[in-house]
Amino acid sequence: MAAGILAYGGYLPKSRLQRSEIFKAHAWVNPGLKGLSRGERTMANWDEDSITMSVEAARDCLNGYDRDNLSAVYMASTTFPFTDRQNAGVVADALNLNSSIQTLDFAASQRAGSSALGVALKSANSSDAPVLVTSSEKRRTKAASPLEFTSGDGAAALLIGEGDVIAKCLSQHTEAVDFVDHFRSEEGSFDYNWEERWVRDEGYLKIAPAAIDAALEKAGVAAADVTTFCFPVAARNVAAGIAKKCGIPAEAVADNLQANCGEVGTAHALIMLVHALETAKPGDKILIASFGQGSDALLFEVTDAITKVSGHAGIKGSLARRKEETNYNRFMAFNNLINMELGIRAEVDKNTGLSTLYRNRKMAQRMIGGKCTKCGTVQFPKSKMCVNENCGAIDTQEDYPFADRTGSMNSYTADRLTFSPDPPAYYGMIQFEEGGRLMSDFTDIDPNEELEVGMKMKMVFRVKDFDYKRGFRRYFWKATPVDAATQGE
Amino acid sequence: MAAGIKDKVAILGMGCSAFGERWNDNAEDLIVEAFVEAIEDAGIDKSQIDAAWFGTGIEEQHVGKSAVPLSMALRLPNIPVTRVENYCASGSEAFRGAVYAVASGAADIAMAVGVEKLKDTGYGGLPQRGRGSVNDLFWANASAPGSFAQLATAYRAKHKVGASDLKRAMAHISVKSHDNGSRNPKAHLRNKIDEDKVMNAPMIAEPLGLFDCCGVSDGSAVAIVTTPEIAKSLGKKDLVTVKAMQLSASNGREAQHNSWDGSHFVTTRAAAKRAYQEAGITKPRDQISMFEVHDCFSITELVTMEDLFISDEGRAVHDIMDGFYDADGKIPCQIDGGLKCFGHPIGASGLRMIYEMYLQMNGRAGERQRSEEPVFGMTHNLGGFPHQNICSLTIVGKEGA
Repeated sequence: MAAGILAYGGYLPKSRLQRSEIFKAHAWVNPGLKGLSRGERTMANWDEDSITMSVEAARDCLNGYDRDNLSAVYMASTTFPFTDRQNAGVVADALNLNSSIQTLDFAASQRAGSSALGVALKSANSSDAPVLVTSSEKRRTKAASPLEFTSGDGAAALLIGEGDVIAKCLSQHTEAVDFVDHFRSEEGSFDYNWEERWVRDEGYLKIAPAAIDAALEKAGVAAADVTTFCFPVAARNVAAGIAKKCGIPAEAVADNLQANCGEVGTAHALIMLVHALETAKPGDKILIASFGQGSDALLFEVTDAITKVSGHAGIKGSLARRKEETNYNRFMAFNNLINMELGIRAEVDKNTGLSTLYRNRKMAQRMIGGKCTKCGTVQFPKSKMCVNENCGAIDTQEDYPFADRTGSMNSYTADRLTFSPDPPAYYGMIQFEEGGRLMSDFTDIDPNEELEVGMKMKMVFRVKDFDYKRGFRRYFWKATPVDAATQGE
Repeated sequence: MAAGIKDKVAILGMGCSAFGERWNDNAEDLIVEAFVEAIEDAGIDKSQIDAAWFGTGIEEQHVGKSAVPLSMALRLPNIPVTRVENYCASGSEAFRGAVYAVASGAADIAMAVGVEKLKDTGYGGLPQRGRGSVNDLFWANASAPGSFAQLATAYRAKHKVGASDLKRAMAHISVKSHDNGSRNPKAHLRNKIDEDKVMNAPMIAEPLGLFDCCGVSDGSAVAIVTTPEIAKSLGKKDLVTVKAMQLSASNGREAQHNSWDGSHFVTTRAAAKRAYQEAGITKPRDQISMFEVHDCFSITELVTMEDLFISDEGRAVHDIMDGFYDADGKIPCQIDGGLKCFGHPIGASGLRMIYEMYLQMNGRAGERQRSEEPVFGMTHNLGGFPHQNICSLTIVGKEGA
């Protein structure tokens, strides 16, 4: 039995930066950017990075699946928060997975996402437990660069394994070619790009077709039979050109989400695959191909199981969960592209004791609290002594995970005094439906929407503090209003 | 219940520095200023002090750790000196230490000193700082105003009070404190304001605007206490004695157990019951002559007047708007301007409240002297956040009352 896709999930940040606003800022220096000024791109909140977006996509993907039965977590990105601390390991921890698991980062190429998927498909063939593949990207871009307009932030996740797959993998093929259309290196924070026409003619249109042709041939599938062709490149007409060259029908070329999302780097192949699966019918043949020092091509056939899929917000749900951002300066500030006056309050040392973090990692990264086995009181954090004044039993609390529970808001404020990268800082008391409470930071609050006591809140994994002095960041969970658009279908 | 502290300890002398932005004074200078007034008032020599307690809240901003800075500032003759810290209730803790030392017989004369030098941070408001290495991992990014502001949202929801009605009552509290502060020469803020100014001020933490928040000040206050017998032997008459001292600390119920609705102070209610009992007060609304409460924010004062069982629950808005707590009302609250206008040098605040009671009972409060002679005065000194805090209550009064 061949491995395939068991489930999918997606996550796009709520804010959509209007490209017209980016253009307004740069028209003086490069009027030619007007051609890129239509539509909107996803924009991560200040407390989001590739890890947090991977976690949210993975939670969406794993909704309804047994998290104890995974063999591996792969994470692909070219924008890992850590270069020497395994990022997939943080994702696995936030997902409250057990430690008997392989975790692995796939890096350094725009096809890291598709390669992670390819490796997962091969590895799941020899494992009896599924592999979780996540890919996310949050690239810093130079002001007035085309990439600033065409890129976006986001993540996708796929659960790969055998059994009741919604899409089986028919074949995969990789062409490895050290074709350098752009690069980002240790010496530079930003992409350096070569001429687009050369990249198109010698790169996209020659290397990708070689991978696609080989994959189709391996599967014995005619190009004309491809239902959906996902090619994750922002440039207009490139996917159509490749399709034409390979014999793939023009109507099979999938929307590259340039109008409403932007191209999400190495995650974009998986984001487009998830988006394709959301509207796929049994028997559809979905071909994805990536491009980055070569090309990966993977061919899938959708099964009858696709009709039973539910409970995932996916890319479709993420696209619907949307807030227009018209302040380009906020984008610059969130991405550390301008030197903002933060005030002396921002100077407080955010050092994290690594031993403190490790000892408290279940609390801080997994959001595990306690449930008293004597009186049943649920509490956060877990403690030696029960908080119930009528109990007070010692050493009676068992682990009780809070991350996936919803609560209601008991009190709140919008604080303009405390330092926040996006003032005001919203926070308040969240009371969970099955017990337990937390004075919690809020995130993704729309200042135009009224907060009220009693409103439903859910928890999301976010950056709690940046320690710029040491280059560390710590994560924790924050509350955000339960949004109808993310409730799945 | 234990016999309690009632009438076992008398105030021998008190002093208080001017509060405010004391740009040219160190904490030690402020201590000496308050001490000189207190020791002259007590009419004793420094060598007669047997022990001292030293309250500071954010010592890393000024004197540093331990009681040594106090002993050095006052050149104390190697007597026992202890530093205490309990959030913003640190001054009351110093007082408690001194009072208990005298009551136990361990000391004949003891001194409590509180000080805070906050205006060295480079910005307004309280110093932003770490909360402890484990707490920093999961505590919300909360400031003092943001924590206390939440009382308003929970109070509105519980008592079905309109946002503008509550905000108007909060404004009345601040206007009243500014009126009172204008008559206090030692107060940090002495300007009068009106309700519209409060209502239209810039937002600090919703719904608390600039004038819903107290001043952050430099200052020091000192109390010297002894037994009533020794006080009389030193020639003191019309003694002001300690009637009750109660402290209550949160145990996690508010922060971690779903039995608290966020609209009131669990600790204040617990401490108030015990304090009235200790003082033998059965009808506080009729018996207490005046209050100094911890009005760090206007909303704190509002809910505290219910938690002290003076206004019925849900009725504080009406008492406030009726002028019940105004300087010329039935029970003046913050007749000296309170934290709001006298100022809030953290470690000194609890002692400053007692200082005002002491002045009023001795008829020495000058322009702001209460015409009706006070019998019992109650101070309420709160530290921390509504969801985890320290509440310290002190009742002082005329000896024999």
